[in-house]
Amino acid sequence: MSGSPARARVSALLLVAPLFLFLAAFFVWPLVMMITVSVTDGTVRQVMPETASAIGAWDGSGLPPKEVQDALIADLRAPSEQMAFGDAVRRLNSEVSGFRTLLSRTTSAVRDLPPDQTVDLAGIDPRWGEGRYWQALQRAMPNYTDRNLLAAVDLKRDTEGSITADVSANRVIMVRTFTIAALVTALCALIGLPYAMIAAASTGWVRNVLLLAVLLPLWTSLLVRTASWVILLQNEGLINKALIAVGIVDQPLQLIFNRTGVVIAMTHVLLPFMVLPIYSVLLGIPRNLMPAASSLGASRLRAFWHVLLPMALPGVASGSLLVFMVALGYYITPALVGGAEDQMISSVIAFFATGTANWGMAGALGLILLVTTTALYLVYGRLSRSPNMVGA
Amino acid sequence: MKVTSTLLRIGGAGLALGLMVAGGTASARDLTVVSWGGNYQDAQKKIYFEPFSKKIGKPVLDESWDGGIGVIAAKVKAGVPNWDVVQVETEELELGCADGFYEKIDWAALGGKDKFLPAAVSDCGVGAIVWSTMLSYDADRLKTPPTSWADFWDTTKFPGKRGFRRGPKYSLEFALMADGVKPEEVYKVLGTPEGVDRAFKKLDELKPNIVWWEAGAQPLSLLASGEVVMSTAYNGRLAGINKTEGKNFQGVWPGSIYAIDSWVILKDSPNAKEAMNFIAFASEPVNQSKLPDYIAYGLPNKEAAAMVPAALQKNLPTTQANLTGAIALDGAFWVDNVEELTKRFNAWLAK
Amino acid sequence: MGQRLERASRPGNVRAKAITRRLRLAPFIHFDQVTKSFGPLRVVDQLDLQVAKGEFVSLLGPSGSGKTTILMMLAGFEHPSHGAIWLDGTRIENLPSHKRNMGVVFQNYALFPHMTVAENVAFPLVMRGVGKREAGERVARALDMVRLAHLKDRRPSQLSGGQQQRVALTRALVFEPTVVLMDEPLGALDKQLREHMQLELRDLHRTLGLTVIFVTHDQSEALTMSDRIAVFNRGRIEQLDTPEGIYDRPRTRFVAEFIGETNLFEGVVQRVEDGIAEVALTSGVGVRAALLAPVEVGAPILASVRPERLHLQGEAGAGNVIPVTVTDNVYQGDHLRTHLAGPGLDLVAKVQRRVPVGPVGSTAFACFEPSECTLIAPDKAPGSAS
Repeated sequence: MSGSPARARVSALLLVAPLFLFLAAFFVWPLVMMITVSVTDGTVRQVMPETASAIGAWDGSGLPPKEVQDALIADLRAPSEQMAFGDAVRRLNSEVSGFRTLLSRTTSAVRDLPPDQTVDLAGIDPRWGEGRYWQALQRAMPNYTDRNLLAAVDLKRDTEGSITADVSANRVIMVRTFTIAALVTALCALIGLPYAMIAAASTGWVRNVLLLAVLLPLWTSLLVRTASWVILLQNEGLINKALIAVGIVDQPLQLIFNRTGVVIAMTHVLLPFMVLPIYSVLLGIPRNLMPAASSLGASRLRAFWHVLLPMALPGVASGSLLVFMVALGYYITPALVGGAEDQMISSVIAFFATGTANWGMAGALGLILLVTTTALYLVYGRLSRSPNMVGA
Repeated sequence: MKVTSTLLRIGGAGLALGLMVAGGTASARDLTVVSWGGNYQDAQKKIYFEPFSKKIGKPVLDESWDGGIGVIAAKVKAGVPNWDVVQVETEELELGCADGFYEKIDWAALGGKDKFLPAAVSDCGVGAIVWSTMLSYDADRLKTPPTSWADFWDTTKFPGKRGFRRGPKYSLEFALMADGVKPEEVYKVLGTPEGVDRAFKKLDELKPNIVWWEAGAQPLSLLASGEVVMSTAYNGRLAGINKTEGKNFQGVWPGSIYAIDSWVILKDSPNAKEAMNFIAFASEPVNQSKLPDYIAYGLPNKEAAAMVPAALQKNLPTTQANLTGAIALDGAFWVDNVEELTKRFNAWLAK
Repeated sequence: MGQRLERASRPGNVRAKAITRRLRLAPFIHFDQVTKSFGPLRVVDQLDLQVAKGEFVSLLGPSGSGKTTILMMLAGFEHPSHGAIWLDGTRIENLPSHKRNMGVVFQNYALFPHMTVAENVAFPLVMRGVGKREAGERVARALDMVRLAHLKDRRPSQLSGGQQQRVALTRALVFEPTVVLMDEPLGALDKQLREHMQLELRDLHRTLGLTVIFVTHDQSEALTMSDRIAVFNRGRIEQLDTPEGIYDRPRTRFVAEFIGETNLFEGVVQRVEDGIAEVALTSGVGVRAALLAPVEVGAPILASVRPERLHLQGEAGAGNVIPVTVTDNVYQGDHLRTHLAGPGLDLVAKVQRRVPVGPVGSTAFACFEPSECTLIAPDKAPGSAS
């Protein structure tokens, strides 16, 4: 018979259970999956078990011995589940382009031959005479790999297994992503702080209009918003026409399809994430602090500098964190109003996740992004000396 | 054919994984057809979905997507997919067919393979439309019309910026054609490492003058605003905007690349039989021939193509005059190479 | 007239005389016909108020009576709609508040939560460009004075209410302001602490010679600390007087009822003789009251007797006598609150414990001297004192 304290514990657990389930389902599990998928690599071994055990002994130079080739033929002859085979092919092709056609051609050729006939792989396709396809096979056999993680930072393993540079731009794009996110955050803070102050100081319909104006971009479809920015910012757009009309410039300024356009458009849509936290912090500041500062001899400017600004800073800090984090994930806006040098890392992740179903790469890039962001956050938390600023 | 990416997607594996969760099971779900959204899907609703729903006496659900084999993979691997019929691009057809994501097509139910264009026939899919990516310009602004990709590259004769879809697909093909490669030899050249280098080198020349676009509506607004003087664009969009907004946008058919979008049935679809019936319905010449009235896409069913009035014929990629000098997108090439070439393309862009 | 002599000998009255003398020379603060309207609402109505240097003046009144608005105008947070405010011979109504050099103590202290106690107190010195070292010394000295030196590195949120109050006070005094303005500064403290702080404030005022304007709605607070009290009602001063004057000689019904508790009777003046008026109450009882101001025979009048001035006796004595029946006895610790029913009137008496009181239903005589009864001219507008 269970006593009532135990009962109370159980019901308490039941009450918080939905929260834990929610966290587990929508935060922990995806995170674990993302990490797992970026380092596991068992798909090829699964459909080519004989090759897997035979190729381990090969030293990787020249072409593998006959046993390995025979093992591969045996594996290809054995009927395999089509989807699992597809996964293996996708994995191999992502390392060496052309593996897909090579394997499909070889498989159908091998299966067409009578089982006891010897097969000359290089005869079916001359590519089997090249070492790199065999090496790729060998590298695909272990259950775990650092290949995706290396590729995410523009590195790969060469034939000897040592790490070398790869042809890709993930590092550049990653740095660019952080730069753009930081720039947008800074601009949001610069605009958002005075905006929130005006909103907090105003009353009645003025306040409502101000808040509505800042929330509006969140409710507008991305394409409508982008189209509006194009109308405003393009060479024959309103801003350029106005600038030329008043004689500030005589050539239209390039305001869109470059970094300027991306930063303007992202700042616009992310502004509410900055304004609202600051606004709520400002509302929490007692009304009599500014009169108090004034009575103690502070002019408006000094009262702002010494009293209002330091007290609004926690709002700016949490707003900045929000804007920065959200900005890191943007890719449609840079794609639509940016130039070639403004693509952000999410577009690369999306390419791998949806475009090529290479979830290992997508996961690795996501992991690198997560680790970098966490590191930045820790540094930021240390610098600002206030550990509770998000929750406050 | 990625029409528009209207959804802000949080990038990364989370999406794919989320889709796997969302997949779930659906027992008595109605037939669900997925296409590319926008005007195109509106037209499909009128001429395919609604009449078919009336015919079978059951609702037909329709959704839209933005493409990507990863989405298909996630749906299929979830067990029972919550989509039945999906309209896919060439590479998704090739990849998914090889990887077993689709049901096999019952060609007998469609009246045999020879009723269709050869390129529209596959084990796993039935061609739905033929569409082109082509050199386009605003004829009201450009008095001397450009006629080739060489003109597109010629910034002295045609000063101004050019619009290009971001990504290696199409960019490399067009670059090679601009560099003098005959259209029918483009994929042969591109199949060699030297050919890829050559294409990138040619792109280097134009790089400072390129405005990259992503969504299909963008090149039109770029042309309309004069932001670019020429752009690659989808033929259906060009005809559409000329009709609705009275523009005079023209396209250059020689050197254009056409591709086929196909209907596929997702593996283990609970409505596979009804799905097949739907595809047959949408492939009937009487039904299919109504499409060009709404949007200028070519028809893979030869009988249907013949029933299209001459006035509409001139805008279709499948019209004989428009096929001269045009090539088909090589899905197999891109399936093999898209990852490596995208990686290289991104690196080239970032340079 | 023994009562009057006794009053004049109190130290408060000596101060009052000194103040009157100083005011005659030149007022330090002068509200000259000041009106403040918010839209159609007149919050302050043609205020004329003069305060002498070194004086402690309380503005007392119910909420909405305009007392806080007056303080805000003096501090510079509000501006008069009409009229002038003078400070030491200079008009200040257009001077921005940070140039007025007034120390303000706010109702909820308005301490800066992001600064330590020391930083809060140093703030006015920093704003005045006082050097770091000197500022540090002055802050240390000021905190020593209020016995808070050991808390100088704490944040306001780590202090008790009374400590916060003392920090606010220190901050308002550390820069040696010309005037100290306090807006219900003790309102948030518990009773015991409030009474302690009242005495502390009074001592500080006396030792530093500060000029203090003190807004409160708490009459006992005003009576404890003030040199003079201005009782406000509806934007106007009902009475401006010393605490004794306000309590013992209320001039209006509002003041009589707002300050302390009183028994009020309506009546008509029958006769005036030798500084004593005979009044016939409506209930038929006649009372005699010492005159403070001239009254007309036959005029309606209010007679006020404080409950503690009523003596309950077994037999009728000299002075005014009203036969009563005890209707209720309420035990209050140090005294009994006794409800009495007389002929056509109800009375309340505060009876000291040592005086025996009969049980409910017993009869007695309520007696009071004419000097303990104050006559008040009734309000012109009926019901305006409610």
